[in-house]
Amino acid sequence: MATSAMDLTFSNPLSSFASKAQPNRSPKARAFTVRCSIPLSSDGAALGLAERPWKTSDARLVLEDGSVWTAKSFGASGTQVGEVVFNTSLTGYQEILTDPSYAGQFVLMTNPHIGNTGVNFDDEESNQCFLAGLVIRSLSISTSNWRCAETLGDYLAKRNIMGIYDVDTRAITRRLRQDGSLIGVLSTEDSKSDKELLQLSRSWDIVGVDLISGVSCKTPYEWIDKTKSDWEFSSNERDVDALHVVAYDFGIKHNILRRLASYGCKITVVPSTWPALETLKMKPNGVLFSNGPGDPSAVPYAVETVKEILGKIPVFGICMGHQLLGQALGGKTFKMKFGHHGGNHPVRNLRSGHVEISSQNHNYAVDAASLPEGVEVTHVNLNDGSCAGLAYPAQNIMSLQYHPEASPGPHDSDYAFQEFIEMLKRVKQNA
Amino acid sequence: MGYCINCDTLSSKFALSRPSSISSHFKRLLSKPNSDRVLFCSNELRNKRYLAPLSLRPWPVQLARHEVDYRSRVGSVQSKQSDVSIADSRPKLGKRTDLKKIMIIGAGPIVIGQACEFDYSGTQACKALREEGYEVILINSNPATIMTDPDLADRTYIAPMTPELIEQVLEKERPDALLPTMGGQTALNLAVALAESGALDKYGVELIGAKLEAIKKAEDRDLFKQAMKSIGIKTPPSGIANTLDECIEIANNIEFPLIIRPAFTLGGTGGGIAYNKEEFETICKAGLAASLTSQVLVEKSLLGWKEYELEVMRDLADNVVIICSIENIDPMGVHTGDSITVAPAQTLTDKEYQRLRDYSIAIIREIGVECGGSNVQFAVNPQDGEVMVIEMNPRVSRSSALASKATGFPIAKMAAKLSIGYSLDQIPNDITKKTPASFEPSIDYVVTKIPRFAFEKFPGSQPLLTTQMKSVGESMAVGRTFQESFQKAVRSLECGYSGWGCAQVKELEREWEELKYTLRVPNPDRIHAIYAAMKKGMKVDDIHELSFIDKWFLTQLKELVDVEQFLLVRSLSDLTKSDFYEVKRRGFSDKQIAFATKSTEKEVRSKRLSLGVTPAYKRVDTCAAEFEANTPYMYSSYDFECESAPTQRRKVLILGGGPNRIGQGIEFDYCCCHTSFALQEAGYETIMMNSNPETVSTDYDTSDRLYFEPLTIEDVINIIDLERPDGIIVQFGGQTPLKLALPIQRYLDEHKPKCASGAGLVRIWGTSPDSIDAAEDRERFNAILKELNIDQPKGGIAKSDSDAIAIAADIGYPVVVRPSYVLGGRAMEIVYSDEKLVKYLENAVEVDPERPVLIDRYLSDAIEIDVDALADSQGNVVIGGIMEHIEQAGVHSGDSACMIPTQTVPASCLDTIRLWTTKLAKRLNVCGLMNCQYAITVSREVYLLEANPRASRTVPFVSKAIGHPLAKYASLVMSGKSLHELYFTKEVIPKYVSVKEAVLPFEKFQGCDVLLGPEMRSTGEVMGIDPDFAIAFAKAQIAAGHKLPLSGTVFLSLNDLTKPHLERIARAFLALDFSIVSTSGTAHVLELAKIPVERVLKVHEGRPHPGDMLANGQIQLMVITSSGDALDQIDGMKLRRMGLAYKVPVITTVPGALATAAAIKSLKSSPVKMIALQDLFDVEVKTEGSKDLQSASSSL
Repeated sequence: MATSAMDLTFSNPLSSFASKAQPNRSPKARAFTVRCSIPLSSDGAALGLAERPWKTSDARLVLEDGSVWTAKSFGASGTQVGEVVFNTSLTGYQEILTDPSYAGQFVLMTNPHIGNTGVNFDDEESNQCFLAGLVIRSLSISTSNWRCAETLGDYLAKRNIMGIYDVDTRAITRRLRQDGSLIGVLSTEDSKSDKELLQLSRSWDIVGVDLISGVSCKTPYEWIDKTKSDWEFSSNERDVDALHVVAYDFGIKHNILRRLASYGCKITVVPSTWPALETLKMKPNGVLFSNGPGDPSAVPYAVETVKEILGKIPVFGICMGHQLLGQALGGKTFKMKFGHHGGNHPVRNLRSGHVEISSQNHNYAVDAASLPEGVEVTHVNLNDGSCAGLAYPAQNIMSLQYHPEASPGPHDSDYAFQEFIEMLKRVKQNA
Repeated sequence: MGYCINCDTLSSKFALSRPSSISSHFKRLLSKPNSDRVLFCSNELRNKRYLAPLSLRPWPVQLARHEVDYRSRVGSVQSKQSDVSIADSRPKLGKRTDLKKIMIIGAGPIVIGQACEFDYSGTQACKALREEGYEVILINSNPATIMTDPDLADRTYIAPMTPELIEQVLEKERPDALLPTMGGQTALNLAVALAESGALDKYGVELIGAKLEAIKKAEDRDLFKQAMKSIGIKTPPSGIANTLDECIEIANNIEFPLIIRPAFTLGGTGGGIAYNKEEFETICKAGLAASLTSQVLVEKSLLGWKEYELEVMRDLADNVVIICSIENIDPMGVHTGDSITVAPAQTLTDKEYQRLRDYSIAIIREIGVECGGSNVQFAVNPQDGEVMVIEMNPRVSRSSALASKATGFPIAKMAAKLSIGYSLDQIPNDITKKTPASFEPSIDYVVTKIPRFAFEKFPGSQPLLTTQMKSVGESMAVGRTFQESFQKAVRSLECGYSGWGCAQVKELEREWEELKYTLRVPNPDRIHAIYAAMKKGMKVDDIHELSFIDKWFLTQLKELVDVEQFLLVRSLSDLTKSDFYEVKRRGFSDKQIAFATKSTEKEVRSKRLSLGVTPAYKRVDTCAAEFEANTPYMYSSYDFECESAPTQRRKVLILGGGPNRIGQGIEFDYCCCHTSFALQEAGYETIMMNSNPETVSTDYDTSDRLYFEPLTIEDVINIIDLERPDGIIVQFGGQTPLKLALPIQRYLDEHKPKCASGAGLVRIWGTSPDSIDAAEDRERFNAILKELNIDQPKGGIAKSDSDAIAIAADIGYPVVVRPSYVLGGRAMEIVYSDEKLVKYLENAVEVDPERPVLIDRYLSDAIEIDVDALADSQGNVVIGGIMEHIEQAGVHSGDSACMIPTQTVPASCLDTIRLWTTKLAKRLNVCGLMNCQYAITVSREVYLLEANPRASRTVPFVSKAIGHPLAKYASLVMSGKSLHELYFTKEVIPKYVSVKEAVLPFEKFQGCDVLLGPEMRSTGEVMGIDPDFAIAFAKAQIAAGHKLPLSGTVFLSLNDLTKPHLERIARAFLALDFSIVSTSGTAHVLELAKIPVERVLKVHEGRPHPGDMLANGQIQLMVITSSGDALDQIDGMKLRRMGLAYKVPVITTVPGALATAAAIKSLKSSPVKMIALQDLFDVEVKTEGSKDLQSASSSL
């Protein structure tokens, strides 16, 4: 089943982002009754009998530590390299699939059953899937949800994303916990030896790679969608006079935009490379630096942009935006052992004392000790004590390492948007 | 599921909403909207958010917070109070130092709907509070609980729980606080009663965990609906009506179908589901008539909606977390306790789940549960996702016990710590030790719970599942996938299935229409009907339309049928390693594979092992492996990596009792836990294996290691192979492990596995399986008794119908008949004639040479005696306790009240009993516990009825009565210690009398008779202790819920067999100033004896009859002994059921009547005094060495 795309994948592991355009690659939609696709065993007795009601293993995941995991494939086929991270969220696989922050990563879901609710039109966090692949324990053989429009397998196949299932996800998670994030290669190609795949995994690194330019929008656009009334969970009073927010798209999740819109903002989304000067010209009430994939140190241009805006306009950083702010303020970021990926992390809001259950997805963190005087650590992750939020009131800066927009995840931190709005209003009134 | 409350809770809820309390509460609500919230508002920004219908942070900065260094971790958190100026009378965060003594109320006897999960929660609470240095006062009437062990609390009252008696304890003990959320509805109701009567204020006792207002708001249906409305959450439309017109008016505003629930009736009498107006009016009329208060609740039926539960925890700092989401496979309409449930929820998207989460958080805040756990139940419309909240429990519940076991997060323990002032982030996660408890567990497996039923024990009741809970126990299983956990849960049930499908189930023989009915109407066997329907080719869609079970689950099941089809056309040798993995990963047991491939379980196992396919054990760690956790809590899967890491220590595998059922419940769990505690202390590593989520034994810190696994031979052998323990203990878990003893022994003999500790071979500890078999096998046992010169009632073994008739003719009627190898007297009956015997053999059991029937002489009017004895490996035997039953022989010992020490047994008989017990224990080489049952006839002849060389259900009762932990001793004896080394060398005869009374679930089973018989039907037991027998008996009666009248009228109706005792009974009541009412036969005898009696017509003779008098409150007590004839089956049964409905005590035995009279007499002369167990034992210690009343025979 080797295709020309394979070579391409070899030369540029991230080419799968572009491979949507590959016409010769007919995605294999796997229906639910997957039939045995390899010749039946040489054991003659098996011939002519009821077929196995399961698919035989046809994929491998090779990790840089040398371990080889046989699995079954769904979605696209081929060979793909990426960083394996695990996510402990029990719900929200569709949001995770479409979260651009996962670009270049294989997401391993620790919840064994994935695909149960299929995929729907509403729960997309971006216009496509950027992740490198999906690793799960069990692929649902049917879907059940009133909003379901498509099965997970079909969805991934159409988007040319590889997935594997029937692999001991817990065993891999334990490895990742012990050894830290690992680079892995996913392949459905028998022609490739384990050794080749291992070499491939060792020849690639995610550190220092600019993944943002691949996921950011190319031109600015206006965003108007609010959180749909069905799903609105906070009925705070909205202001009539809209505030204008420029949102830098480093791989922005749509729910950040929906939440801002719900709080009454008029939003202009701009590409990651959008010059600070242009932003300042637009005279927004505030600027938001979004979440995004990879290493903040790999995008010095973004840090420069942030620096130019700081102090001039109130800003809010989320995830990658928080890390860029940290760097722009003179602090350092570092790569965590295996990062935070899940929907159950306790974060203490040091201002209120409250514990918020938060949605997390990051592999890098800001080293709080490296931050200059005047910068206040506002939130701390209670699991490991890492910095989860910053503020620099003097310059109207606030940022969170985790995801107040949830989706997936709890809504405990939604108040952050309210605080951002309050800050914009205060600045606007004083101006 | 239960959006419907069952009758008991209904009445309590209605009781809560007495007009005065409603109105005062509403006034408060109206006059001070959101009053307590506004109090905490500190700035206008937040003010706005308070008023939001579903604000996420209604109480943001309500308390002074810890200002924490951002790097600080839990544990080093300094609670420096900052200067937030709020007028706040609440306790400051952190452990409260103003409290010293805390009282915990237990849940009382095990009843349906309130089982040993509350022993689990109460035990955790006791441990947690004492760990924090508080003095704990515990009151619980249930002696079979771990929590009532005298060393778990500082003061333990095994005593009846009424508000008045608890007030007595409050007065005596003066606790600072009362924690009411650990003992189920019972404790909550008692706390409400104590608060409302002013007792708590009077003694300055603070309610912690849940305040009165919050309890009322959650429990009262009207207040709850109002509260939900105020935060914008929907509840099913409903109304309360007192007349038919009002019913119709409500019905005009709500869509059909409608659920009608009469208030204050038992077992949902008069209620039902109406699909049209005509039906509605009929049911409403019946309901209004049936209701004592002529009140019905009319509610929109959400039949077919999906049902979810969320377990929520909140601390005093207003941090809220969700511990677990549970999805019910059985949709709305079946009580959640009777539903098959799965955790985590499987068919919710994140948006839908977060909506339920937001609602749960808003609800716990609105209801005002300050701290602790709550359970919120939701119904979700599968068509459009519409959500309605059904109910919330402001306390630890059955579901929270399940959630604790499902996630590894100890909800009760945490709730106890929160109640004394800790916040969630100040408590470390028990399992990871490093992360704080303020998180939401993530799980990487699927948990399935399946309820276990006992309809066969209650003839006359319909095996249908409704909104009233009827299950008596449950099994839980953990697997990596739904299929794996589901199949494991089915085989954990021990209902004769080794998984789902791959068996000749009876439903396969059903006609289509019958099958469809079984799918449509919820019943205990619905899952097997689904299997049969699928096997017959019914489509998933069609099954869904009939059952409303979500298609996701049905498709999963369908795949299991596909796998079965695949296996059916294979022979074992065809299966490859990968085939085996695929099949085993779907949870199929070796036995199922054997069925499908037409081979034996043993062959499957050896083939499987030859291919290297063995289970991999995974750990339950609350965090899906995100953090390092060294939890000793494991389950099997057929994944790649095994995390079990067995040690090389000296260790013991303890097999638990599996799901609770009638005849095998908490008593055995008590024994298993004690074994674990004792052997841990003795330096062994203890390994527990069990499948019951309600128990203390499946708490991960009870034993060194816990395997949450089905108790089948396959699963046990897997663990033996893995752990290779020094010893395996099978005699404490009841019949379940006992049945495994022989197969395990065979396996050990064949494979001779070596212990991991290097101390020789793995072996079963204690009495050998061969001896156990010798006692169970009737022929072997008879030979032994003959050899020892021990008498037993004349009897025989019938292998055919003609055998049976001949044996009965030989020994003479009445005879006791029962199948061999039974539990809890299953299908045991007393038969008076050939005709009845034939009928029994036709209906009750099949007789064939494989399954013979035992026929014994029935000893009329005999006293039954239960003996628990302890023997060590050197042949020393000590009697643990000799219990005299109050009900005559023939009533199952589990259903009979009994007492220690004996009261009426002649010393010569006791000596015979001691001698025989000792001889038998020695002959059977008993090592550990043995239970014997004897009968003493009127002429003082002693017969041995039964002997079981294992722990019996009376062990906890005896242990508490004599003040010696027999199960602990037994386990130490089995590890090789002698009784001398344990200093237990002499039978203890306590100075005070302990009475055990059984608690029966007749209320839950409409249409079944309440007579006691040889078949055990009680679900639980209570205990009364007092120096005086009559008071001890009275205490036990009160604890069992019988309200003994001190005056009034007693209705006497005795059958011919018991008529000789009539005069004695009548005079006893007469002496207590009771007047007597009787029907003709009984009255005639009384009149002859010149005893004043008022005659009343029999029910079939006309009116007014005793039923009318009952309804009019003219009868306060009934003594009815059944003749068992056709008329009694109708008349007598109706009367007895009415007595139950009107809560008039019904006594069905002569000794029961006499004991009751004695109890009433003593109650009249002196009030009940509450005595702590610790005081009794102190007395015991003081008087040790002094001469006992009864001469105890020392065996050593």
